[in-house]
Amino acid sequence: MGKVVALAGNPNVGKSTLFNELTGLKQHTGNWTGKTVESARGSYTYEGCRYEIVDLPGCYSLLSHSEEEEIARDYICFRQPDIVVVVCDATCLERSLCLALQVLEVAERVVVCVNLMDEAEKKKIYVRLNQLSEELGVPTVGITAREGRGLKGLFQIIQKLESENIGKRNAVTYPPVIERAIERLEPAVRWELGEEIDTHWICARLLDADNGLLKALENFTNKSFEQGDRIWEALADVKRELEEDGYTEELVEDTIAETFVRRSEEICGRVIQIGKENYDRRDRILDGIFASRLTGIPVMLLLLFLIFWLTICGANVPSQFLMKSFAKLEEILLTGAVNTGVPKSIYEPVIFGMYHVTSWVVAVMLPPMSIFFPLFTLLEDFGYLSRAAYNLDRCFQSCRACGKQALTMCMGFGCNAAGVTGCRIIDSPRERLIAVITNSFVPCNGRFPTILAMISLFIVGTDEGILSSFLSAVVLAGVIVLGIGVTLLVSAGLSRTILKGMPSSFALELPPYRMPQIGKVLIRSVFDRTLFVLGRAVVSAAPAGLLIWILANSSVGEISILEYCAQFLDPFARLMGLDGVILLAFILGLPANEIVLPIAAMLYLSKGTLMNLGEGVRLWEILVQNGWTASTAVSTILFSLMHWPCATTCQTIYKETKSMKWTLISILVPAVTGIVFCMGFTGLVHLCTKIIYL
Amino acid sequence: MVKQGQCMAELQIGMSAVVVEICTDSGLRRRLQDMGLIKGTVVTCVGRSPLGDPSAYRIRRTVVALRKEDTRWIKIKPLKEEFNWEK
Repeated sequence: MGKVVALAGNPNVGKSTLFNELTGLKQHTGNWTGKTVESARGSYTYEGCRYEIVDLPGCYSLLSHSEEEEIARDYICFRQPDIVVVVCDATCLERSLCLALQVLEVAERVVVCVNLMDEAEKKKIYVRLNQLSEELGVPTVGITAREGRGLKGLFQIIQKLESENIGKRNAVTYPPVIERAIERLEPAVRWELGEEIDTHWICARLLDADNGLLKALENFTNKSFEQGDRIWEALADVKRELEEDGYTEELVEDTIAETFVRRSEEICGRVIQIGKENYDRRDRILDGIFASRLTGIPVMLLLLFLIFWLTICGANVPSQFLMKSFAKLEEILLTGAVNTGVPKSIYEPVIFGMYHVTSWVVAVMLPPMSIFFPLFTLLEDFGYLSRAAYNLDRCFQSCRACGKQALTMCMGFGCNAAGVTGCRIIDSPRERLIAVITNSFVPCNGRFPTILAMISLFIVGTDEGILSSFLSAVVLAGVIVLGIGVTLLVSAGLSRTILKGMPSSFALELPPYRMPQIGKVLIRSVFDRTLFVLGRAVVSAAPAGLLIWILANSSVGEISILEYCAQFLDPFARLMGLDGVILLAFILGLPANEIVLPIAAMLYLSKGTLMNLGEGVRLWEILVQNGWTASTAVSTILFSLMHWPCATTCQTIYKETKSMKWTLISILVPAVTGIVFCMGFTGLVHLCTKIIYL
Repeated sequence: MVKQGQCMAELQIGMSAVVVEICTDSGLRRRLQDMGLIKGTVVTCVGRSPLGDPSAYRIRRTVVALRKEDTRWIKIKPLKEEFNWEK
């Protein structure tokens, strides 16, 4: 077991980048605040020594009360890693240092690691590292994690630090009133806790009215602190005395917090030299394009459209190619199986069930995903996502929700389960629940191909050409905008009914724009995200294909079980403009949304209308033969956009909310919304046709 | 009540001011302190979002978006216009 090195730091200072550089792991990074919400682990070997690296969630301070901050605080304080590396941002050292000072207060062996040195240099912000080291009393090192520069130096220092004997140092001195109060409180704390933890620190936190800390202390010591105990009594006494001096609880809190800010201001005044005053001119000009009154929203819509258009244009040809190749391979497999005498009862389920669904999922999902993901990641790295949240915040505010919900929705594009986990960046529990419940209104990449297929098959037409792909992109962007609209509508509804409340305060950081590292992004998206998600899809598609084929083709009496189910669902599905088969496919697609369409196709095929699979039956023919029209396709799109979240997402929701009730609500809300929308649309279509025929 | 022109919400784009007092609830005050916004800090309004709210403020070399509902409780003393390269 190697030494444990914990990485702490503000959000978006490049902790995850450093972590990835060190461990070779692929923790997802992105240029926005709150990217890492769980602490990741990995290992790094330097000169034969193995270190275990822990990437703590980003936090602004150890004083606050949000979940990530408590995780970081408890880890540093109670799990006592061997070394804490505080990662700072050279371009805004003042703020990063506040956290560093707080860490210095509690941890013994600390290295202050100033990241983004290259960016600072470009902005002509110079950090005198030696002087910083003197001011803080700990070693400092400047790095550029993106390029892996300075990592060796960091570990040289870590190695040296290990063997050194560290005395106590005073990172900050509180104003006399507070120091006196701490002194008064310390004996009682020492009595209860011994010397194991830094009592000065504990006392300061107790004065800080930090109730979460008492709980953490109880867990740590296995003692329970109740009213009437020594600590409680001493604390009450000290607080009373402070109040007599005019120091209310609030003022004490402020004074403590301000101590760190002022100390950091003081240090930075000495160690930082600014070359030019308008160092962020470029960022502000870009904000003028991406987040201004005039262009903010149009540019956002344009970007959305552009991403879809590039995805559709680029995906068409490889998708067709894969389809054809898979169909050819299927023929070969089929003849091979027949010629070698494999019994029909084996090759049929394997080829028509397993192979068919899997190959469909691959052919339809792989090309758009391997284009969409990199493009999206480029925007993310560039720093655009926070701007999107900034542009849209007003809408969320009037729905009494949090603007950061837009960020969680962006994550939902990749995977709703990830989006739900990402909701932790929202501080208010009420607003977080709203974001969790509405996250599935953003189509994840599993539903994306279904929607895309519907659009190109029934609405725009499948001709290859600029115009049709242009139209497809417009329609797709429209579907997404509809999803955003429904998200807002439902959020507003929830805020006025079961999650009543007013919007809480909101502070969203707008990070500097960064030139994305295109090569890295490409490699990362293809290998990490695309292949991972595809692997997941295949893992669920293959067994599901097999199982459902068997179910669809083994009959009890006259008809198969699935057909019976489909018939049972049919009347209800018709009301929604669907049919029993596709609704059943949506239900069977619960494990993974990717398999909805292939399941539907298989169910139609098993009815025996078409069996010449070997010639590569086109999906469109299957669907049309079963009575599909453009209106069925629209209903399918609507229901694909709004129905229950997939099983993984449901599981994640349960994990995040720890409540069956909210999980159920998260399933019901989108499902009911989808049913209402589909029925409304179908009703409208019927009405229109009636009027036309009149 | 905060007087006209003296709360952070009314700071014009490109203008800077010194924070005089923060009268918000303790939750937000904590967040602001985390960002380094305390009494005496200089803030500059650098932009407004397309729908008029929130606004972006430069605080200690970072840019943070804050809502009007929150910034109207922050008292400020405007500084004279320093530099404004957006106009």
